[in-house]
Amino acid sequence: MVIMLFLLSIVTFGMYAVLPSDPAALTCGKSCSPQVIEANRIRLGLDKPLVEQYTTFVSAIFVGRTYGSGSQTFECPAPCFGYSFNRGEDVKTLVMEALPPTVAVVVGAFIIWMVVGIVLGVIAALKRGKWQDRFAMGFALIGYSFPSFFIGYVLLYFLVFRFQLLPFPRYEPFTEDPVAWFNGLLLAWVTLAMLFAAYYVRLTRNQMLETLGDDFIRTARAKGLPERTVIYRHGLRAGLTPIVTSAGLDIGILLGGSIIVETIFGIPGLGRLALSSVLDSDLPVVIAIVLIAAVFIIVANLVVDILYAVIDPRVRLA
Amino acid sequence: MSDHFLEVRDLSVAFPTEDGIVNAVTGVSFDLDRNESLAIVGESGSGKSVTSQAILGLINRKAAKVSGQVWLDGIDLVTSTDEEIRSLRGQKMAMIFQDPLSSLHPFYTVGRQLVEAIRVHQKVDKKAARRQAIDMLERVGIPAPAQRIDDYPHQLSGGMRQRVMIAMALINSPDLLIADEPTTALDVTVQAQILELMRDLQNEYNTAIIIITHDLGVVAEFSDRVGVMYGSRLVERGTIDDIFYRPEMPYTTGLLASVPRLDQLHGRLDPIPGQPPSLLALPDGCTFRPRCPYSEHVPDGLCAKQLPDLLESEPGHDVRCHLTPEQRRTFATERLGALVGDGRE
Repeated sequence: MVIMLFLLSIVTFGMYAVLPSDPAALTCGKSCSPQVIEANRIRLGLDKPLVEQYTTFVSAIFVGRTYGSGSQTFECPAPCFGYSFNRGEDVKTLVMEALPPTVAVVVGAFIIWMVVGIVLGVIAALKRGKWQDRFAMGFALIGYSFPSFFIGYVLLYFLVFRFQLLPFPRYEPFTEDPVAWFNGLLLAWVTLAMLFAAYYVRLTRNQMLETLGDDFIRTARAKGLPERTVIYRHGLRAGLTPIVTSAGLDIGILLGGSIIVETIFGIPGLGRLALSSVLDSDLPVVIAIVLIAAVFIIVANLVVDILYAVIDPRVRLA
Repeated sequence: MSDHFLEVRDLSVAFPTEDGIVNAVTGVSFDLDRNESLAIVGESGSGKSVTSQAILGLINRKAAKVSGQVWLDGIDLVTSTDEEIRSLRGQKMAMIFQDPLSSLHPFYTVGRQLVEAIRVHQKVDKKAARRQAIDMLERVGIPAPAQRIDDYPHQLSGGMRQRVMIAMALINSPDLLIADEPTTALDVTVQAQILELMRDLQNEYNTAIIIITHDLGVVAEFSDRVGVMYGSRLVERGTIDDIFYRPEMPYTTGLLASVPRLDQLHGRLDPIPGQPPSLLALPDGCTFRPRCPYSEHVPDGLCAKQLPDLLESEPGHDVRCHLTPEQRRTFATERLGALVGDGRE
C-alpha cells in the first residue's frame, strides 16, 4: 500500500516535468515581468532539480515546509500538500473544504443505491420472468444506458423547473442549515444512485438466482425453514460477497470526486475542484486530489478484504 | 387409508419447459414401513432424485406438475399446502444429500445450522438447542463435539460433514429419512462408516429410510427392498434377494452385469449399450426397448408398441417387461452366471 502510494506520487509529480506549462509563469497574471516569474520560481523552489523538488514535496507532507526566504516567507505546516499558485491558497485548505460535500454526496447516494439495488435485485430474482422482474430490469437498463449528466438534467428539469417540487439545488453546509443541506444534495444523491443502483440490481439479481440454486438452499428448505429465512438468511447472505466487493470499490472511487454530478448540481466538492484545477493547470491541487483519490481506493480495497473475512469464514486465516 | 407408514401412489412429476414437457417421474408407486429401508436405483436422469424431492415437497409446484398421492402417516402430501409440508419437513421427514460440502451453508458454523434446524420445529431456547446439537453430534460419532460445533463446514473432513448432515436430518427425530446418494462423494472406507451409522440410527429411532443411489454395493449392504427406476418409471421392484439373485427385467440384469466383480477376473465389463432416454421424448412402447438385447424375443414387436405394466412375477417381486417370466430368468442367468438363481449363498 505504501509502495503503491509512493509510485503514484512519483508518476503524478512527473506531471510537473512533462506538462508544457511553466508553473512559475502561472503564479502571476498575464502581464507579468520575467523578473517576477524568476523570483516566484525561486520562492516556490521550482528552480531546483526535479528530484529535489519531489523530495521536498514528500517531506512537506510529513514535516511541512517553508516557502521562500528572507522577509517574504510563509509557513506551510505538515501535512503540507503544496500551495496553489492560482488560488493563492494552501492546497490542504482547498481539499479539506471540498471533501465534506463530496463525502456527503457519495455516502447519501451509496445508501440509496444499495437499498434500491439490493431490494429490487432480490425482488427481480424471486419474481423471475414476471412483471416485477421486467420492471427492475428496465430500470436497470435506463440507469445503465443514460449518462449521469443526462439523468441529472432530466431530474433537474422536471422536478425543479417544470413541476417545481424542489428548490434549485444549492449546496449548504450541514452545520448551517440541515434542511437546505438535504435539499441541495437530494438530486445529486438520486442521480448518482440511479447510475449505480442499476448495476447493483443486476448484480444482486444474478447473485440471488445463482445462490438460490445452490445445494445448501435445498438443505435449508429440507430442514423446514420458512421461505423467508431460506431466501434472506441463507440465499442473500451467500450472494453478498461480490456485492460488498463492488460496493467497497465504488465508494472508494467516488470519494475521489464525482466530477459530473458535482458540476451539474453545483456542489463544491473534490470533483469540481479537480475539474477546475485541471482546466487551470493548477498542478499542486491536481496532484493532491489524485493522491487523495488513490488513498481512498487503496483504503477501500483494504476494507473490502477485511469485510471478506467477516463475511466468508473460509477466507479467515486460522 | 394407509396401511403403511409411507404410501406413494402413481406419483408423477412433469416440468413444462421451452423444449416441451419433461416427464421426470411417471406413475411411481411404492410402500414403506417404519424401520424399513427402500433403495431406489437407477442411472442419472432416471427420476430417482425427483421422486424423493417430490415426496419431501421440494419440487416447486409453480414450476412443475406433481400428481398422484403420497401418504405419510395418513397425510396426503401432494394435496397439502406448501406451509403444511414445510412444517413436516425436518420434523417428520428429513433428507440428506450427496455432497455434504455444498449442502451445508459455507458461512455458518455447524452449530448454528443445527440450532436453526432444532428451533424451527421445537420451542427451545438457544442454549438448550445447542446442548441438543452437541448431543446429536456425539451420537453421529463426531469426536469432541463441544469444540466441533463451532467449526465451519470447510474445517471438517468429508466424512465428518456427512455426519453433520445426518445429525441435522435426524435432530428432530423424523420418521422418514430420504438419503440422496449419501455416500457418493465419500471415500470407500468412510462410505461403510456412514452406512453403518445410518443403520444404527435407524434402529434407534425406528426410521423409515429411502436411499437413492446408483451404487449397487450400497444397495446390497443397506436396504431391505429395492426399486429400479428407468426413464422416469419403476421397472422392477422387490426384496434385495429378488433384485440381486433373481433379477428379471433386462435393465436390472444389465445394471448388475455392469458392476465390476472381483470373483470374475477375466473378461471386460459388460456395460448397457446406448444412452439413457431423454425425458423430453421417451420412446414409444417399452422405454428400455432401444437398449434391450432381448426385444426380438417378444412377438409382434410388442415392445415398440406398448408399454408393459409393472406386474407381479412372484409374490412381492414386480417387473415391467413383455418377456415371459421364464425367458427373463433364462436371459438373466445367461448374462450373470452363477450369481443368479441359487437364492442366497
